[in-house]
Amino acid sequence: MMQHSESVETQAENKPGIIRVESMHKWYGDFHVLKDLNLAVDQGERIVICGPSGSGKSTFIRCINRLEEHQQGKIIVDDVELTDDVRHIDSVRREVGMVFQHFNLFPHLTVLENCCLSPIWVRKLPRREAEAAAMEYLERVKIPDQAAKYPGQLSGGQQQRVAIARALCMKPKIMLFDEPTSALDPEMIKEVLDVMIELAGSGMTMICVTHEMGFAKTVADRVIFMDEGEIVEEAPPTEFFSNPREPRTQKFLQQILQH
Amino acid sequence: MTESTIKPPKKNLGPVKWMRTHLFSSWYNSLLTLVVGYLLLTSVGPLVSWVFLDATFEGSGPGDCLGEGACWLFVSQRLNFFIYGFYPDELQWRVDIMFGLLALAFVPQFIEGFPARKWLGIFGMSGLPIIGYVLIPGGILGLEEVESSKWGGLMLTLILAYIGILASLPIGILLAIGRRSDMPIIRGLCVVFIEVWRAVPLITVLFMASVMLPLFLPEGVSFEKLVRALIGITLWQSAYMAEVIRGGLQAIPRGQYEAANALGLGYWRKMGLVILPQALKLVIPGIVNTFISLFKDTTLVLIIGLFDILGAVQSTIADPAWQNVAIEGYVFVAFCFWVFCFGISRYSQNLERKLDTGHKT
Amino acid sequence: MKKQSIDSISARPKPWYDPRIRALFFQVVTLGVVFWAGWVLIDNTLSNMQSRGISTGFGFLDETAGFGIIMHLVPFDATMSYGRTFWVGLTNTLLVSAMGVVAATIIGFLVGVARLSSNWLVAKIALVYIEVIRNIPLLLQIFFWYFAVLASLPAPRQSVEVGGAFFLNNRGLYLPGPVTQDGFGLVWGALLVAIAAVFGLRSWTKKRQKASGQLFPTVKVSIAILVLLPLIAFFLAGQPLEWDLPALKGFNFGGGISLIPELAALWVALSLYTASFIAEIVRSGILAVSKGQTEASKALGLPNGLTLRLIIIPQAMRVIIPPLTSQYLNLVKNSSLATAIGYPDLVSVFMGTTLNQTGQAVEVVAITMGVYLTISLLISLLMNLYNRAVEIKER
Repeated sequence: MMQHSESVETQAENKPGIIRVESMHKWYGDFHVLKDLNLAVDQGERIVICGPSGSGKSTFIRCINRLEEHQQGKIIVDDVELTDDVRHIDSVRREVGMVFQHFNLFPHLTVLENCCLSPIWVRKLPRREAEAAAMEYLERVKIPDQAAKYPGQLSGGQQQRVAIARALCMKPKIMLFDEPTSALDPEMIKEVLDVMIELAGSGMTMICVTHEMGFAKTVADRVIFMDEGEIVEEAPPTEFFSNPREPRTQKFLQQILQH
Repeated sequence: MTESTIKPPKKNLGPVKWMRTHLFSSWYNSLLTLVVGYLLLTSVGPLVSWVFLDATFEGSGPGDCLGEGACWLFVSQRLNFFIYGFYPDELQWRVDIMFGLLALAFVPQFIEGFPARKWLGIFGMSGLPIIGYVLIPGGILGLEEVESSKWGGLMLTLILAYIGILASLPIGILLAIGRRSDMPIIRGLCVVFIEVWRAVPLITVLFMASVMLPLFLPEGVSFEKLVRALIGITLWQSAYMAEVIRGGLQAIPRGQYEAANALGLGYWRKMGLVILPQALKLVIPGIVNTFISLFKDTTLVLIIGLFDILGAVQSTIADPAWQNVAIEGYVFVAFCFWVFCFGISRYSQNLERKLDTGHKT
Repeated sequence: MKKQSIDSISARPKPWYDPRIRALFFQVVTLGVVFWAGWVLIDNTLSNMQSRGISTGFGFLDETAGFGIIMHLVPFDATMSYGRTFWVGLTNTLLVSAMGVVAATIIGFLVGVARLSSNWLVAKIALVYIEVIRNIPLLLQIFFWYFAVLASLPAPRQSVEVGGAFFLNNRGLYLPGPVTQDGFGLVWGALLVAIAAVFGLRSWTKKRQKASGQLFPTVKVSIAILVLLPLIAFFLAGQPLEWDLPALKGFNFGGGISLIPELAALWVALSLYTASFIAEIVRSGILAVSKGQTEASKALGLPNGLTLRLIIIPQAMRVIIPPLTSQYLNLVKNSSLATAIGYPDLVSVFMGTTLNQTGQAVEVVAITMGVYLTISLLISLLMNLYNRAVEIKER
């Protein structure tokens, strides 16, 4: 592992294929949720995944840090293949941050403690250092003044920004966003999206499952459309929105852009 | 969906694989399985032979119980006493009718989609007690009177639990409403009543009912022991019932109260037509659970000298004619209670699950 | 015309239409009924007691009791007062309750965790234990242990014996009693030093973590210190401890520590019964921590052990503690079933024998209920304080 992280330091800026998914399948019982997915993401790339509900997009990104198991095919994250091996899973999760739809902040810990938890116990940082780093990230998501509060005392938008800061505190190479704005009131969506856009500007590798098409247009390098467990279309945003090829994509875009 | 013809890679779910994941997944799990399995095997064998293989089921008297195993003969010979107590043999048909009607009213509640289920339940809560009041003691309508001191066994246990629940329900509702009232004096009285009864053990309540109640009454008025016990049980149970119902009242959203107010309903209409029907439906599992604990607690009446099913068995065990039948007697009573309580608790768990999902959608 | 009607609306309503006055009236009437009923009861009671020749007041507490009690933690004999019987009963109740709480908690947590075990056999056995025990009346279980199990044990002369130190027979369980010798103070001193050292260690590791980030196996080292230090002191002082072994004297055993069968049966039954409820509380408490919490913790890279320790247990304990305390309360109340097998607890001694001998039902019942009420209020109070301390802050 040590060897592994050292090699990261010396890597070139745009390492190709930091995430590689090769003919990956997943079933829930007999139900085929993910069908033959293939995807390669380079370092610094920003991918937006969209699609109707139940299309398997959340399940897909949850496979990338092994919150869900795949049954067939390969997932390789930063040269580590996800198998049943616990050490592989642990090392991947260390490099991959995740933001959930329902925040999943730890309600019994303060905002600052939420952020420091993993750096202290997993990265083994001194508490003082971890707290300083956490404050830096909280400033970056613009809520340093809430550090001593408990998650339950914050608004949804604030909670989600804390969740982003918490994930960033692990200094991940990749960030996964699982519908980060779906559980928010409309007026709070923007504050979260602003943080995400700022993050994208800093060169973070990001995979976002979201319905925010505006965000996709401004930030994404590629947009992936999923339906019924398959990747139906994959294109740069300009092409994806102006000129979708597949009829299923066209239908989806029509429905979503009518609003 | 149709093109998805690929099946998931077959997980080998053969017995070996199953045992590996469920019994021998790690070294300490394997050790645990072996130790527990060994203990289980060595204890199940003797248990089975005691209960079935070596047991005595038939015979005419204590002398026939010679084997190593259980003497179930004891239970079958005294079964009549365990069920009816001293209720006269030739009048036991009256009790049987009540058993039948109770089953008719309440068993369908466990069966989804049984015709007229609701009406049978309502009958069980309203008409049936009246029939029972006529049938069991007798003394009217040409029925021969049977004093309550002759009642006993399972019949008495059921009477205590049934009346205890029935009587405590309305009192519990009033107390629960009172505890949520805006009027400080009413609220205070209800809180004190509920908290005092809930804080003391049932035995002290039963003692109180049996020794203090006679002192409370004016001279010349007296109750039978059974009635005193019932009063004690009801007061005690109504405090628990009130807390269960209060839980239901709290679960009703504010909007329901506001909507009822906006429709111009008065306090009692609002409660009776809008709030209580919803709240009571929510707390059925809770009521069923308090019923289970009351049902178990009725055994305590043997301490003040009533012969419920445990009391009946306890007194028979001491009978010198039968030697060493204590375990058989207790196992029999335990089995009776277990069947009732386990069955009912399963029912309330199902109900809870159903209500739970009903709320999320 | 129009003006007049508005006036009549805006004027104060007639008193019987004013909700505040209605409420006041209703409350006064209720209070009146309650007082009247209380007065009738008291009046009846007084005249009944007079006609039966029962005295009133608490003077009886100083009278000589004149009966013996088979087990007492405070010194007692038949020449002492009824007031003394109260203390004997109360301490016996508290003893069996405390023993029960400890045992039930240990068994309950073990079974609750076993219920969630990945080992199929262990999980199923825990399930069977819970479903069997909690659906059988406690009184029946007490009878079972007392009349069926303990009574079938051999007589003292044929005791079940382990190494000449432990004896089990139908008179109870006999254990060796520790007798401390002169130098034992050193061991106590070592224990105190060990405790202080553990506290010191904790603050040192915290400081070290703050500065360097290194983690220290605090728990393991603490346990080692707590065990080793007194042990070393014990040997240094020349093993200043002797065991008083129980021995057969006449028809029964003397010496050592004895557990009378009434206490043993009550303790076993109360612990097993309450444990079955605690197990369910523990299980549902752990399950109550939402799946999202575990997922978030895993996504942050925390391994399973740390997820359990830092995320699940702290949240589960908040769910577990309130129903757990009410189980403890139930256990204290259920210990009053002692009276059915003759263990001299408060209800058995005071509400039973003392009440029978004095006939002063009102006073005795009031005192007994008062005790349980006090215990219950005390525990609720502690509970509320605890809840406030650990409450998860929300808006």
